[in-house]
Amino acid sequence: MANALPSEAEGRALTDGSRFRILDGLAAAILRHLPATLAILGCILLWQLVVWGFSVPTFMAPGPVDVIKAFGENAGVLWTNFWPTLMEAVLGFIFGNVIAVLLAVWFVYSPLAERAFYPIAVIIKSIPIIALAPILVLLVGNGIAPKIIIAGLICFFPTLVNMVQGLKSASPAMLDLMRILSASNSEIFWKVRLPGSLPFLFAALKIAATSSVMGAIVAEWIGSSYGLGALIIEATYNFRSPLLYATVVIAASLAVVLFFAVSYAESKIVRWKPTTDH
Amino acid sequence: MLETLNRASQAQVGNSAVSVKNLHIRFGADDSGFTALSDVSVEIPAGSLVTMLGPSGCGKSTLLRTVADLVHITDGSVSVHGQTPRKAREGRDFAFVFQEATLLPWRNVIDNVRLPLLVGKREAGATYADPEELLALVGLKGREKSMPHELSGGQRQRVAIARALVTRPRILLMDEPFGALDEITRDKLNEELLRLWQETGTTILFVTHSIPEAVFLGQHVLMLAAHPGRVKEFMKVDLPYPRSLAMRDTVEFIQVTAHLRKLLGEC
Repeated sequence: MANALPSEAEGRALTDGSRFRILDGLAAAILRHLPATLAILGCILLWQLVVWGFSVPTFMAPGPVDVIKAFGENAGVLWTNFWPTLMEAVLGFIFGNVIAVLLAVWFVYSPLAERAFYPIAVIIKSIPIIALAPILVLLVGNGIAPKIIIAGLICFFPTLVNMVQGLKSASPAMLDLMRILSASNSEIFWKVRLPGSLPFLFAALKIAATSSVMGAIVAEWIGSSYGLGALIIEATYNFRSPLLYATVVIAASLAVVLFFAVSYAESKIVRWKPTTDH
Repeated sequence: MLETLNRASQAQVGNSAVSVKNLHIRFGADDSGFTALSDVSVEIPAGSLVTMLGPSGCGKSTLLRTVADLVHITDGSVSVHGQTPRKAREGRDFAFVFQEATLLPWRNVIDNVRLPLLVGKREAGATYADPEELLALVGLKGREKSMPHELSGGQRQRVAIARALVTRPRILLMDEPFGALDEITRDKLNEELLRLWQETGTTILFVTHSIPEAVFLGQHVLMLAAHPGRVKEFMKVDLPYPRSLAMRDTVEFIQVTAHLRKLLGEC
């Protein structure tokens, strides 16, 4: 088993070979991402050298070493402020996308609803999200609610637009076929329209995954005492630049993790490619 | 208009699969619309293979889609085994093959063939064909679990044909099914379609742009003229079955295609 070739190991599930297969996969992944990894490490090194070489004061721009130290010194603060932001982003992601998908289904089956409400969706979209935050604080208070609403709103529009397009993407010939098979509207929805919309939906969900984190953080800027957004404001006003940078790294990592979670779900759910006929 | 049909030679005299009488099809509003078909009458004998030929805009696809209950009849009548197209559709009397394979890309080959058994009204006592056997019949045995994007255009169209046959339709309506395929694939599928037709006894109505294809396949060729769409000629093709591709080089075959080409020029 130990010297099994990767291709052989792939065929055998739950044997020793599978462990080697994972290791092989990891090695291949590292090799594939080696250029990007080296480039990133190079940038970080350059940043440190610039900070050292020009004696940049820490409050103005901390070097990577300072930021790493800040992680250790502020682990507790970062951790307690990480969870609320994660919750707001995830709940906003879920609510914003569920409402967008349901609205898209309604729009596709009711052209009147689409004509009536699509412009309203565009108007809401065109309000700068940062201007919406104080309004929502006045409306629903200073708790977790305005953050979830803003994170949800920021997800909502791309998903609505993509989902409407996805649900309408069934080819006329495909719909003719379903009519000839005397398929009901619900059969057409579940067997043709909904599966066909999934690539469109996931394209939007990937955008939403990162922007929901942004929405939550922006919402926390407006009179909040917790969350990564509040921490960013606090660290800035106190010139605690290493903490500020560490918070930004955490926020970016959260967005990246959510993005890859959605990508992973997509790779498991959408296992087909659209066929361009002939 | 049916003069050229040598009805005496038909085994199924008076037994029409599709009967079209004085059919008018108009699209759009009265003044701004256009007439797709004007006073079309034709009888498609049961068990026959009729190819439909004509210039663009002659309404051959419209005629096929009218039989399939996809187009609203303006005037006249279409009867499919004595029923309205709607009743025939609900009774799964016919199946349709499009120019695109129209497979669901997220379903594998065998599940695409099963699609007609999963949707619409299924008659309680109806017996359907075995999807696995049908795939073998169209030469795709062993590809059951393949996804549509892993198949070639010709293979996808074979799947579409297997899917059409799964409900054991008495009539197969085909709208330029091989029109987008390369010539070699098309020739092969033409031969296989003839074999399928002879094995299953299905009535086939086949729309094509290609004169050789129309003559090679057709027991009869229905030639339509354009503006407005009307029947130009319904002629029997006096070439014996089984037909092979080599037949296309015979004098008899070329005489028929030459005749049709001349007719097409007059349309």
